[in-house]
Amino acid sequence: MSGPVSAHSGSLGGYAVKALLKRNEFYLAVLILVLCMLITAINPAFLSPQNILGFLKTASVNGIMAVGVLFVLILGGTPDLSFTAIAQVVEYVVVLITLAFGGNIVIALLLACLMGAAMGAVNGFVIHYFRVTTIIVSIATANLYYGMLYVLTGGSVIFIVHPMFKRFAEFQLVSFADAAGGTWGISLIPLMWLATLVLGWFILTRTFLGRAIFAMGGNEIAAQRIGINTLWVRVFVFAFVGLLSGVAAIAHTTIVLSAIPNSIVGKELEIIAAVVLGGASLFGGKGTITGTFLGVLLFAILRNGLVLLNISSYWYDVSVGIAITAGISISAWQQLKAQRARVNVNVEEAAAQ
Amino acid sequence: MSNFLQLRNIYKSFVGVRALKGVDFSVRAGEVHCLVGENGSGKSTLIKIISGVQPADSGELLIDGVGITHATPNEMIHRGIQVIYQDLSLLPNLSVAENIAISQIAMIGRKLIRWSEIRAIARAAMARVKIDIDLDKIVGDLPVGLQQMVAICRAFTSDLKLLVLDEPTSSLTKAEIDNLLKVVRDMQANGIAVLFISHKLNEVLAIADRVTGLRDGCTVGTVPRAETNLEKLTEMITGKAVVHTRFHLPAQPRKKLLEVRNLSKKHNFADISFDLYEGEILGIAGLIGAGRTELALALFGISPADSGTITVDGQERRIGSVQDAVEAGFAYVPENRLTQGLVLKRSVGDNIAMAMIDKCANAWGMIDRGRRTGLIDTWVRSLAIKVANADVAVQTLSGGNQQRVVIGKWLATEPKVLILDGPTVGVDIAAKSSIHQIVRDYAARGTGVILISDEVPEVAINSNRVLIMRNGRLRSEVNAEAVGTDEIQRMVEIG
Repeated sequence: MSGPVSAHSGSLGGYAVKALLKRNEFYLAVLILVLCMLITAINPAFLSPQNILGFLKTASVNGIMAVGVLFVLILGGTPDLSFTAIAQVVEYVVVLITLAFGGNIVIALLLACLMGAAMGAVNGFVIHYFRVTTIIVSIATANLYYGMLYVLTGGSVIFIVHPMFKRFAEFQLVSFADAAGGTWGISLIPLMWLATLVLGWFILTRTFLGRAIFAMGGNEIAAQRIGINTLWVRVFVFAFVGLLSGVAAIAHTTIVLSAIPNSIVGKELEIIAAVVLGGASLFGGKGTITGTFLGVLLFAILRNGLVLLNISSYWYDVSVGIAITAGISISAWQQLKAQRARVNVNVEEAAAQ
Repeated sequence: MSNFLQLRNIYKSFVGVRALKGVDFSVRAGEVHCLVGENGSGKSTLIKIISGVQPADSGELLIDGVGITHATPNEMIHRGIQVIYQDLSLLPNLSVAENIAISQIAMIGRKLIRWSEIRAIARAAMARVKIDIDLDKIVGDLPVGLQQMVAICRAFTSDLKLLVLDEPTSSLTKAEIDNLLKVVRDMQANGIAVLFISHKLNEVLAIADRVTGLRDGCTVGTVPRAETNLEKLTEMITGKAVVHTRFHLPAQPRKKLLEVRNLSKKHNFADISFDLYEGEILGIAGLIGAGRTELALALFGISPADSGTITVDGQERRIGSVQDAVEAGFAYVPENRLTQGLVLKRSVGDNIAMAMIDKCANAWGMIDRGRRTGLIDTWVRSLAIKVANADVAVQTLSGGNQQRVVIGKWLATEPKVLILDGPTVGVDIAAKSSIHQIVRDYAARGTGVILISDEVPEVAINSNRVLIMRNGRLRSEVNAEAVGTDEIQRMVEIG
């Protein structure tokens, strides 16, 4: 071979369009748009700002935890199943403590973050030192944390929370009067989600730590050889997941204004599904904040749409199932197509003798 | 020329096993030094010591005449030594730019990253290697040859004095190897030393300034390229002269086992026709990318052909899946025994029984343990697999014995046509000839064998006929016993 080896793709414009068409986010965004148009056509109330802000607020709890799930999936290995249990425990404990000692929302939030991060970090250490897969470790810790909660509280429900949670939930950055004489506006809860998304995006794309997470998801041994401290990165990821579970716990309390021991646990598979639908790979090394946001948004719109269309909420699970099946089928089909089109051998046109 | 790297009397043991027993060895500045030796001779341990991954138990390591006492990977990189491991240590999910720049970014200790800096580092490194790869391509999507170049570019992000290449050519095409060797020679011209570890002695002879042989943890000697040749190197590595005997097919009337006509698959191969008779070993030779493996995958139903006919024992067969192929009497031993052919954590017995599980069944369709054990024992014995018992996990065996297990697994199905794809990849010279003997013995029982290999000599010596493939087509068929190895090699490379 003479001259330097060259492996460039074609024109920039064509490349950009092709790249867009290859991305999960693009299809997801199209799907969401179509869904929005369908729902609006039947019930125009869907597009009202009140409704949109309403379902965004409800989706924030899952949305915040989904960012943590994305980090774990990029890191690779298997998914974490303990983050909802962590959120559940944090919620209950923080509600109890603030009832007993009072306090303000900032302290409650800090406390929640610390507790969550500590519980998450345990996962990281166990996974690293005992080389057990994430799913097994997290099932163990989820049972441990959640079980302890039941043992210590007897599963009793707290219906009265510190009033500051209500104040926080009702606080509106911008208020508008509505027809009925009340007000509506942008509450702080979706902004917590937004902040989480921005933070997640920043860590993943603008810090070495974020790239180290991707590197470990791609090839952990190679990451080690590059000089990445895999223990620290792993513990960071799981502590971060725990921290976000803490944040989600506060968001959840302010919305439901109670602490019910089984109100968050059980959502983990739905959240993981949303992140996977957003393009994150269960095999690690792949995933985006945009995709994660869209995945959570799709499920939120589905849930909201069913209510607005007066369809039984039992159909929600069915529609989630369809969305996931369709999502994986499309990406599997794309891969298959790419595999078929791949040129293994440059077969000569006619046999030369 | 002065010595850049010098090792004196290096000893290293792992849990009581002596891996290195007094290695003396030096690399001069700007030379291409090749290290050869069989599996287990201590090559990998030596690389680990040079790269700082493992400390030596005793002995001296000098760089530019200065003794290094506590070598760490970072220290060695700072001193200009970079290792490119056999697996390349790339991040398949990330872009070319990031793969090249990441270790440099890690070394500088950046907390926040700037993508402009990453691209600049990558561009500078590519300019030094004189290569041009799209910075935004995902590395996992590149051909292996370009991946190797990405790994080399990464080494060039720091001040490089010695590049260690561990088995760099095992999965490259001819053009990719030529390009790699060109890059290596360029490095030499720039005063960078290269330590090249390879099983392929012809490549070693093509680029080496000096060659060092390792055997059983000791250096056998270091010789200038001009004073050695293929035979001498082989003897240096194995400690004995290896005599290759040629496979000979006794002349007698033979039944046609397989008739392939006009087999084609888009983007893989076209218009393949050949016959295979019982007792034959039919070699298929060609460069990587000629379509050999693709043809084998089609015959075995893994990626079925688009058109053409396959006739086994006079009966036309439609091969649309592996089940079809097995039913028709095919067996296939894949190129990569470690990832495709064996369940490494299971026992030797489990692995052998895997493909012939239906032969172990009793009248009720349940597995007859006694029959299973009997069959496994027969095969362990007849293949001379060296294990204490058949319950030992396959991953604990040596490469040659693992290969016997894979071959045994398929021989146990008693196939009519056995397809062997690169049966001795990564196997020692001594183990190689014993595997060749197993194959010949098996052919003598009446099975038709199709032997595919990168190594033309392997095909030439072990077959009675050789099909030569290039660019997805059959080019010619030669009588291996009449045409010499060199001539077949020439036909494969030039046509």
